[in-house]
Parts: sequence; structure tokens; C-alpha cells
Amino acid sequence: MAKSETVGEHLRRHGISRRAFLKFCAVTASAMALPPGAGKAIAETLAKQQRPNVIWLSFQECTGCTESLTRSYAPTIEKLIFDVISLDYHETLMAASGEAAEAAREAIIKDYPGKYVVMIDGSVPVEGGYATIGGKSMLDICKHTVANAAAVVCVGTCSSFGGIPYANPNPTGAKSISMLMDEGLVPRKPLINVSGCPPIPVVITGVVVHYLSYGVPELDHVGRPKAFFGQTIHDRCYRRPFYDQGKFAKTFDDEGARNGWCLFELGCKGPTTYNSCATTKWNDGTSFPIESGHGCLGCSEPNFWDKGSFYAPLATSESGGVYGLGAAAAAGVAVGVGAAIVSRNHQKKLQEGK
Amino acid sequence: MTVLDFARGPGLQWSLVIFVIGVLWRLVGIFFLKHTRDLNEPRNGGVAPWLGGLKVVFTRMWPRKEFRARTAYSETLSYIFHFGLAIVVFFGAFHITFIKSLFGVSWGNLPNSVIYFTAVITLATMVALLIRRLTHPVLKVLSNFDDYFSWAVVAAPLVTGLMATAHLGGPYETLLGVHILSFEVLLVWFPFGKLMHAFLVAPSRAAAGYVFTRKGAST
Repeated sequence: MAKSETVGEHLRRHGISRRAFLKFCAVTASAMALPPGAGKAIAETLAKQQRPNVIWLSFQECTGCTESLTRSYAPTIEKLIFDVISLDYHETLMAASGEAAEAAREAIIKDYPGKYVVMIDGSVPVEGGYATIGGKSMLDICKHTVANAAAVVCVGTCSSFGGIPYANPNPTGAKSISMLMDEGLVPRKPLINVSGCPPIPVVITGVVVHYLSYGVPELDHVGRPKAFFGQTIHDRCYRRPFYDQGKFAKTFDDEGARNGWCLFELGCKGPTTYNSCATTKWNDGTSFPIESGHGCLGCSEPNFWDKGSFYAPLATSESGGVYGLGAAAAAGVAVGVGAAIVSRNHQKKLQEGK
Repeated sequence: MTVLDFARGPGLQWSLVIFVIGVLWRLVGIFFLKHTRDLNEPRNGGVAPWLGGLKVVFTRMWPRKEFRARTAYSETLSYIFHFGLAIVVFFGAFHITFIKSLFGVSWGNLPNSVIYFTAVITLATMVALLIRRLTHPVLKVLSNFDDYFSWAVVAAPLVTGLMATAHLGGPYETLLGVHILSFEVLLVWFPFGKLMHAFLVAPSRAAAGYVFTRKGAST
């Protein structure tokens, strides 16, 4: 395929109708809550764009993010996104392997400096020797690839915030891409975090389309697009009325659970989790975890793995309960007795007229 | 560490420790003070002094007829405030969950809408009582830092709790963290200020009642 081909030309050559393309753009615009008419504007902008080269780097990850994207129940959207971009390097999806694969990545870096996009899933170990590809450390690969990139899109919580590899005790010294940029280990580039374990497919595609159409979207304080991460799961949860009524499931099989009451007391992290699971849902809009009867784990938040039990309600102590209060009580009694003795002596002196 | 992590973790642990030490220090320190023996014969042989003391604990909960007109306003507001606070603290679903996580006991909760309404009413009565304290010619002279700070540390959890439930003023996790922190400030201040009356009101009334009954004074 000619590299100078525009998205519109490429789609036409592959027999994708304008109607299907407009539908894709309208769905994306709608998912990002863009104003009416944005779908058409996206379509016009995208059609004229050259297909951007994308290098997808996989570091310490489980491939769940790629699985999320490719196993979606909305294959037309994902098919389109692979037609809209030129995915030139993706270890899981590409046919090439070994030196040929690495050569493809090097070719993009050399031929399109400052124009390609790097999508990263997985965190990067900075301790030596934990992970290498083609004899190079993940940190070196990341540094080298990002150096000439136009932008970086972190796909998943591991690349966005460190994720599970970063969890205590973090034996590999795993870090997110933003941490590496902050520490100067990787050149700073425009960065978009699409967190989630895994992220929602339409969120991944929506962010990429927004970047191609309008540039980097408005981001929140941890670098996530506000269009998808602007509200909590709790704010948009269909069980919210039960929360307001004070109706909570106490166990996963009680009457409250059967009636679909709020899962707050079963540890749902919806009130502190920013993502669009409750609106876009999963599997072609079928459902999301809370709809399936399980509380939100908070997987799109930083350090979600180290924030205590998934089944401990947010309104509970993480301090170890009342342990240690026995010693405090003994100390309080001892101090009180001491204070009483001092007072008694003082009283005695007063009575004796001293 | 986020505000919520601190509030649910070390903040809560240390504030509880300070609360327990402080309350027991005050109570034991007072109970073990040297009491001067009354060598006189009890004047009224009818009622045992300890029974009179017990009676006073409850009879003082209601104003005497002579003062009722003068104190009706503040007494009514005080009752609304105290009952309202108890309902919010002990019958809010999240508070029961919180208590259960600490002590392992739980009970039925009231609907959240009832709790929100009660919290607003409670806060309104607190504001009314504060205005009275600031404008009453005698009360404002008698009031000191302890009175105003104690008012503030009780009002703060109500305000932050309402803000957290309404998601007003920031992300929920921050508001929840600030709410728990405000409660922790209350716990730390509790033993050392006038809030300690929650523990001392019954024994101090009983002591006064005991003395009055023994002397034959009307209680």
C-alpha cells in the first residue's frame, strides 16, 4: 500500500462505503459527547488525512488490551480503525517476526520522524534484565521509539499508571510511561492515557479518531480524555437510585442482590472510578460488570491493585480496625491515674495549708 | 498516598488512639480525684442519695416549669440538633458500614434521603444556635474558643458529608477523604474540649443529685 494514500482513498480501495465510514464517525463522535455535526466533521477531516503510522509496543502486559480491541462484538468499528491507521508494528497481530519485525519498526522511525504515533500497552521495568526484546531492554526500546514520535497513547492501566506490574512490591521496578517521562528516562511527548484493565474498545478507537481529527483531546489531571473519563461509574450507574434510597446488597446472593440493589457495601469502587463502562458498556453495549452483579474494581484508576480488598466498601477503615486500641485504652487509664495522683497530692497540700 | 488513603488508614488509626487515650485520661482522672467526705447525717431519710442522683440524670433532661418560657427556644433547637446528629451518625448506611468495619456490629439503616434531610435540619439548628450564641448578651460574654471550635468540628463532618453525598466541590474520593478527616479532627478534639460533655453529663448530674438528695434539697 502506498504510504501517501489518504484514509478516504484507502477505504474506497477496500470497498468500505461512505455510509459505513460516516456511521463509524457518528458513533465515535456520540461516544465522546461531541456536538451534533461533529461526526460529519470527523469524517471529512479523517478522509483527507494520510493514514498515520502506528507502532504498538507491548511491554509488561497480559495482552488483554489487544484482546479487548480485537475481540470486540463491534468488529466494524475495530476493522475501521485498522483501516484508518496504518498499524505497522504490533507483536501480537503482525505476521512478521524476529529481525524482520524489528526492521519494520526501525523503518517507520527512520522514514516518518515526528509523524508516527506510538501506542503502548504494559509498564516498563527499569530494573535491569527483567524483559528484553531482540536483545534490547524495554526501556531502551521505549526511549528509542518515543524519541521521534508525534504522540504517545498509553493503552491500559499498566502503561498509563503502572498497573499490576507496578503493584507492591513491584519487583521489576515497573513504571508507567508518564513516570518515565517525568523522570527524564523517556523523551517527553504529547501523552494520552487510555486506562482500564482492559480499556473499552470504543474508547481506544474514539481517542485515536479524536487525535487524528482534532489533536490531543482535553485531558483530566492524570492524562485521560475527559470525554470518556469525565464522570464516575457511580454517576452514570443504573443502580444509583438504590444508592440514593439506601438499598444495598449485603451479600452476592441475598434479596438485595437479586433485586439489583446498589453494590456499594460489597466493595464497589464505582464512586471513585472514572470511566465510561456504565454508558458505552462492553460487548456491543450488552452490559458492564455492575450489570453482571459484581462491583466495580476501579481498574482504570492509578494504584487500583494496592487500594485494599476489592470487597471492602469505600466507607470502611483501612487502618486495621480496632487493633491497637487496647493498648491506647491502657495508656489512657495509666495517664488518668497519674493525673489523679498529682491532683490528690495537690489537694492534700492545699488542705494542709502548704 | 491520597487524602482518602490517609483518612481511611493512618489518620483514622491515630485519631482513634488519641480519642481513646484522651477520654480515659479525662474520665479516670476525674473519677479518682479525692472526694471530701460529708460527715453530716443525711437530712432526708426518705430517698437513698444514690437513687436521687440517678433520678437527677433524667429529670434535668427537661426544663423546670419556672424557666421553660425563657429556655424553650434553645432547648428545642438543642433537642433537634442532638437527635438529628444521632440519627445521621447511627442510622446512615455508610456510617453503619464504617462502624461494622471497625467493631463488627451492624443494624438496619434509614433511607439516604431521610439521612440527607435530617443532616440539613441538624445543620440548620446548629447555625441557629450559633447565631444565638453570637447575639445573646450574656451568652456571647460567656463563650470562649472552646465553644466555637467545638461547634466547628461538629459542623464540619455534617457539611463535608452532605458535600460528599451530593458530589459537590470536587471528586468524590477527595470529598469522602475530607469528610473522614473532618470526623477525625472531631475525634482528636473530643476529649479535650466541651464535647467531652457526652461522657461527663450523666456522672456530673448524678454527683450533683447525690449531694442534693443527701442534703434534702429539692431535685
